[in-house]
Amino acid sequence: MALLEVRDLKVHFNTDDGVVKAVDGVSYSVDRGQALGIVGESGSGKSVSSLTVMGLTRFFSNAQISGEILLDGKDLLAASDEEMRHLRGSEISMIFQDPLSSLHPFYKIGDQLVEAIRTHRDVSRAQALDRAVEMLGLVGIPEPRRRVDGFPHEFSGGMRQRVMIAMALANDPKLLIADEPTTALDVTVQAQILELIGRLQNELDTAIVIITHDLGVVAEVTDEIAVMYAGRIVERAPTDTIFSAPEHPYTWGLLGSIARLDAPRGDELVPIPGRPPSLINLPTGCSFHPRCPYVREAHRRIDPSLEPVAGDSGHHVACLLNTETRKRLWRLLEAGTAPEEARAQVGLEDDVASPKEASL
Amino acid sequence: MLTYILRRLLWMIVLLLLISMLTFVIFYLLPAADPAVLRAGKQPTPELVRSIRHELGLDRSLPVQYWLYLKKIVLHFDFGRSYQNNVSVRSQIFDRAPNTASLALGGVVVWLLVGIPVGIISAIKRGRWADRIAMGSALVAISAPVYWLGLVGLYLFSKDLGLVHIFDGSGSYPDQGNLFTRPFATAPTLFLPWIVLAASFAAIYARFLRGNLLEVMSEDYIRTARAKGLPERTVIFKHGVRSAITPIVTILGLDLGILLGGAILTETVFNIPGIGRLAFDSIQKSDLPTVQGTVLLGAFFIIILNLIVDIVYAFLDPRVRY
Amino acid sequence: MTPLIEVRDLVKHFPIRKGVVFQRQVGAVQAVDGISFDINEGETLGIVGESGCGKSTTARLITRLLEPTSGSITYEGRDISHLSRQELKPLRRDMQVVFQDPYSSLNPRKTVGTIIGEPFVIHGIEYDTAKRKRLVQDLMEQVGLNPEHYNRLPFEFSGGQRQRIGVARAIALKPRLVVADEPVSALDVSIQAQILNLLRDLQRELGLTIVFIAHDLSVVRHMCDRVAVMYLGKIVEFANNEQLYDHPRHPYSGALLSAVPVPDPRLAREKHRQVLVGDVPSPTNPPPACRFHTRCPKFVAGHCDVEEPLLEAKQGGNIAACHYPLTDEEIASRVPTAAA
Repeated sequence: MALLEVRDLKVHFNTDDGVVKAVDGVSYSVDRGQALGIVGESGSGKSVSSLTVMGLTRFFSNAQISGEILLDGKDLLAASDEEMRHLRGSEISMIFQDPLSSLHPFYKIGDQLVEAIRTHRDVSRAQALDRAVEMLGLVGIPEPRRRVDGFPHEFSGGMRQRVMIAMALANDPKLLIADEPTTALDVTVQAQILELIGRLQNELDTAIVIITHDLGVVAEVTDEIAVMYAGRIVERAPTDTIFSAPEHPYTWGLLGSIARLDAPRGDELVPIPGRPPSLINLPTGCSFHPRCPYVREAHRRIDPSLEPVAGDSGHHVACLLNTETRKRLWRLLEAGTAPEEARAQVGLEDDVASPKEASL
Repeated sequence: MLTYILRRLLWMIVLLLLISMLTFVIFYLLPAADPAVLRAGKQPTPELVRSIRHELGLDRSLPVQYWLYLKKIVLHFDFGRSYQNNVSVRSQIFDRAPNTASLALGGVVVWLLVGIPVGIISAIKRGRWADRIAMGSALVAISAPVYWLGLVGLYLFSKDLGLVHIFDGSGSYPDQGNLFTRPFATAPTLFLPWIVLAASFAAIYARFLRGNLLEVMSEDYIRTARAKGLPERTVIFKHGVRSAITPIVTILGLDLGILLGGAILTETVFNIPGIGRLAFDSIQKSDLPTVQGTVLLGAFFIIILNLIVDIVYAFLDPRVRY
Repeated sequence: MTPLIEVRDLVKHFPIRKGVVFQRQVGAVQAVDGISFDINEGETLGIVGESGCGKSTTARLITRLLEPTSGSITYEGRDISHLSRQELKPLRRDMQVVFQDPYSSLNPRKTVGTIIGEPFVIHGIEYDTAKRKRLVQDLMEQVGLNPEHYNRLPFEFSGGQRQRIGVARAIALKPRLVVADEPVSALDVSIQAQILNLLRDLQRELGLTIVFIAHDLSVVRHMCDRVAVMYLGKIVEFANNEQLYDHPRHPYSGALLSAVPVPDPRLAREKHRQVLVGDVPSPTNPPPACRFHTRCPKFVAGHCDVEEPLLEAKQGGNIAACHYPLTDEEIASRVPTAAA
């Protein structure tokens, strides 16, 4: 049985402008000791789905949550607020993007760590402090016994993120969720933190979910990747597969639009035209169709669901094109063909014109 | 920190000097009654006025008067004598200061006891009935002038005039003693004044705290606190209110500083012999030494409380360092 | 051919003052501490570094949004280091800036048409409203915006579109130099490519010289002809694109390149990442001699902390300030883009 299993999770917010379908039917699972990467841009629903696993979306009075979230078989959505509170910070932990604003500016970090520990464990303050010092040492903060009396503003960005990680791991959680853990950090510090997360995962056998928009980050640290778009998972596969044989046009678009150090310099960046859709008025049929270079008439009407790829049960895609066509398209794109050209070569019927550029 | 405090105290002396100079100059520039004439009483003859002027030292030049005044303060802590009744200014102020202090301090206690809980509850139950009623009442309390509120309070609730006999009315403040020397006799007479004085402040503080707390509760560290699995009560108070309340300390210090210099309107409505009344009366009677005394006292309290507030803030917010 | 801009020994210190009324200077943030380089016409020059390295300050100094503490900036042979605002005004037509945050760099109370049209008014090019509107709408089309949105306010646009508005405003008067200060960092990945392509296209159309400030080395590699790597206010390496990415010589450049997460799981597993120890020191108190020595994997005590290395040509043509530059073997194991 998987450690975490999310089934058909939906999180809708009632606002004055309409219902925001932030998460619209998401399913994935994470095994013990495994690292899952959730990749998406702003508005994809990646953060909201993880906040819901933590039970933090319950604090929004206008949220409607449905589906199942099973942690070791127990449904978290059906759990009471008090039960969720006991799990938060002990069985499941989360770290966030900006470590400066995520730590309380008025309390020493030692006190904040001790608080995290004593909420879930019946230990004395001295014992909790020892554990805090131990954790700070584990995450690589020099002179932990002295620095435990420091305030957040006395630490650098990288150090603060380490403190957050220490706090999150203090109670030996089974699952750690990291929401854009390195986005606010400098590149060299990012490298340190990623290395730390990888090392800790090995040592402590914690399952990790990393949420990010950076494909480079997930390539380094994850075993499996789920690509999210407009509140849904559009592709889910082992990490190697996502990069070597992706089968969703959005994934192709992401891979084609990023500048890469390992590609020849002359390669053009191929942006995805248009912009992410409004979560209140999602497009009809396939949510990606207004921006998809391979769109066909039927895609405006039919909403694809996440299905396994023929011959590869670990690889799921939500796309109406058949897998043969997709594989051919990818081979062409990999070789440097432009999307329009690839579409023509594959022979997709021209029943709908390619989407226009940018925002016109 | 120590050098900082010393520097601030030095600046305080400079400021008090400047203020006393300004008061002096304003006093002489503004058209006001000639204190010598007032002192002379009915049918003042020119000789009498002249001799009084000489007695009070008013015939000397302005700088000389000021210099003599300063000398007396520095050497003898003597603030002169009232032009009106020749009573030492210092004794007048010291007599009345406890009355003002008891009014101000009691008011502070009342408005904090009311304003802070109301602010917190309004923020937690934002948008619901409790919040709307609280903020609506706050608006009324802020808009109502103190003297109006005082008169209405007297009319409704005072024992002698009011419809419902609950509180002691105006004029009931004891002649002898004050809250510190005769607490049980004095306190009941201050209940209504405290409530009236505290009303608008409580409202302001409630609104202010509500706004701060709402802002703080959307900060990232609150999300972290919840993610740690802390009980919601701990999140709200230990993490939320703790942050939201620090600016309150700043304005509390300032408000208290101003009030210690005299709550003129409240003292007038309730006939409390405080510094505010003293200042008001002495301005009307062009009694410069007394005016100077009350101004300097008021300035002193504001400056000193400003300094205390800054120091306290450094203890509350570790990011602030002098 | 003379360079468009020449920077010599440029220094910018921001004083730190204490005191309530009489302020004493107790220290200084040495944001930029003696840098020299040229910008050639038509090229795209990249300036990379992490926070606190001084790259944004350099951008502001070049365009004279700040005045240097010492050193000189020359534009087309003319020293502009200490010109007054009046004297600078005509130059502002030639030098423009695109800023990082599309959400705060546009005045939220002005319409898009007004924002893009302002340069015409400020420099007295076109006062006539109707004609200006046409010019603005042409610009909007040029950057990929719908000209019919002329009267909309910034909040009605997405981040990528707002950045296009900023670009349109910057190129309105056909400047010669555009300084782009982290123009895509705040945008979603798929939108970044749109803006980067736009900048490249405009450069070709208008013959622009671009200074591209960024921390993302992948983007800089894609966009820039030559690159300056900055650390704590100094330029530590200066090289053209191939030189830097094939064989970086300064250990900091190597660490930066090694640290960039590459979207290729196989490469990620093969590469031995060069992880630096410690954090970036404060620019108020930089380490003596070589500023990088506190974190450098090739640090040699007694040399690197005593004698400051000068910028000199190293093997392969890179100009680097280092006593012990990276060898080819070190580069091969750590840097993903190294020539095989």
